[in-house]
Amino acid sequence: MAFTLYSLIQAAILCVNAVAVLHEERFLSKIGWGVDTSVGGFGDEPGVKVQLMTLVRSVRTVMRVPLIAVNAVCIVLLLLFG
Amino acid sequence: MDNTATQSGFRQQPNMRMGNSSMDGTDGSQLFEDTSGVAAGPQAGYSNQQAGLQAAGFSGQSLLSDPMSNLAMAYGSSLASQGREMVDKNLDRFIPISKLKYYFAVDTVYVGKKLGLLVFPYMHENWEVSYQQDTPVAPRFDVNAPDLYIPAMAFITYILVAGLALGTQNKFSPELLGVQASSALVWLIMEVLAVLLSLYLVTVNTDLTTIDLLAFSGYKYVGMIVGVVSGLLFGRPAYYLSLLWCCAAIFVFMIRTLRLKLLSEAAAEGRQVRGSRNQLRMYLTMSIAGAQPLFMFWLTYHLIR
Repeated sequence: MAFTLYSLIQAAILCVNAVAVLHEERFLSKIGWGVDTSVGGFGDEPGVKVQLMTLVRSVRTVMRVPLIAVNAVCIVLLLLFG
Repeated sequence: MDNTATQSGFRQQPNMRMGNSSMDGTDGSQLFEDTSGVAAGPQAGYSNQQAGLQAAGFSGQSLLSDPMSNLAMAYGSSLASQGREMVDKNLDRFIPISKLKYYFAVDTVYVGKKLGLLVFPYMHENWEVSYQQDTPVAPRFDVNAPDLYIPAMAFITYILVAGLALGTQNKFSPELLGVQASSALVWLIMEVLAVLLSLYLVTVNTDLTTIDLLAFSGYKYVGMIVGVVSGLLFGRPAYYLSLLWCCAAIFVFMIRTLRLKLLSEAAAEGRQVRGSRNQLRMYLTMSIAGAQPLFMFWLTYHLIR
């Protein structure tokens, strides 16, 4: 119950890292979650699965570079302060 | 905004006034006599400014004509105003201050009615937010509009009541208030993020903003406070009863409020509309509303023991 804002930040970093390591070709397409196959519906019926895949892809695109910096800072802080 | 410029200009002066016992309010032109030689230099400059300002009323004092102090003061005040402009501009990019002002435009009547609605929503009939030329009306004029005053005050009151309740269990320490505050805040942030994520996934076209969701998530603190206070006053059965009542009230309140915002027009009027999207939206509304009693119980049960 003793949540702090710092643990929230740590959890967020871990979750974003987890999303960032999902590789498009090697993994997501193999289990049918590739975005290239499902883009095509132009009605207003994207569905939950397509939205989720789009979200994964956009998170990976946007957060790839900032995550390098954030992870480096986090590692240094953990090494210094435990 | 000249306040901060003058404030920062005068900021040095109280310090100098404290350390300078021979400086007299009435005779501003007197420099210090009892300071050491090292400190007299910079202090003379500051006392020049202060004396200069006070000597403006006294004619014949030549301290105001000192160009260095004038220049320093003008430069300092211009720096301060520039800094303030920059802070205002950048802050407005991250936190929309003007939008926040809308949520605090409340008055006593609105707060009273809204609190009554949060505890007893069963008699209220019209849950629509009224608009005025495309913008929502300020909360002062419409009971159904969300505001941030009640959630903010309820959050702070919850933390204080939690401290009180922990004190009755002899578990209180000042750090515990901070721990309670941060964990409640974390749960709030996680709830708002979860609701945002689920709204994105279901592609609901709604005009609910993030701040609206924050307001709705903050309304449950009112019920929590009622439950904890009655538990403190009358014991555990009263806690459970009042918490049950408030949970049901918040559940109905959220469903009735969100129904108009999330569901399509036809479904909101109560007619049966088939289709998987509407069903999904209905599930979403029910789960958002159902999460509120869960949080209310989770955040308060450890306070009453």
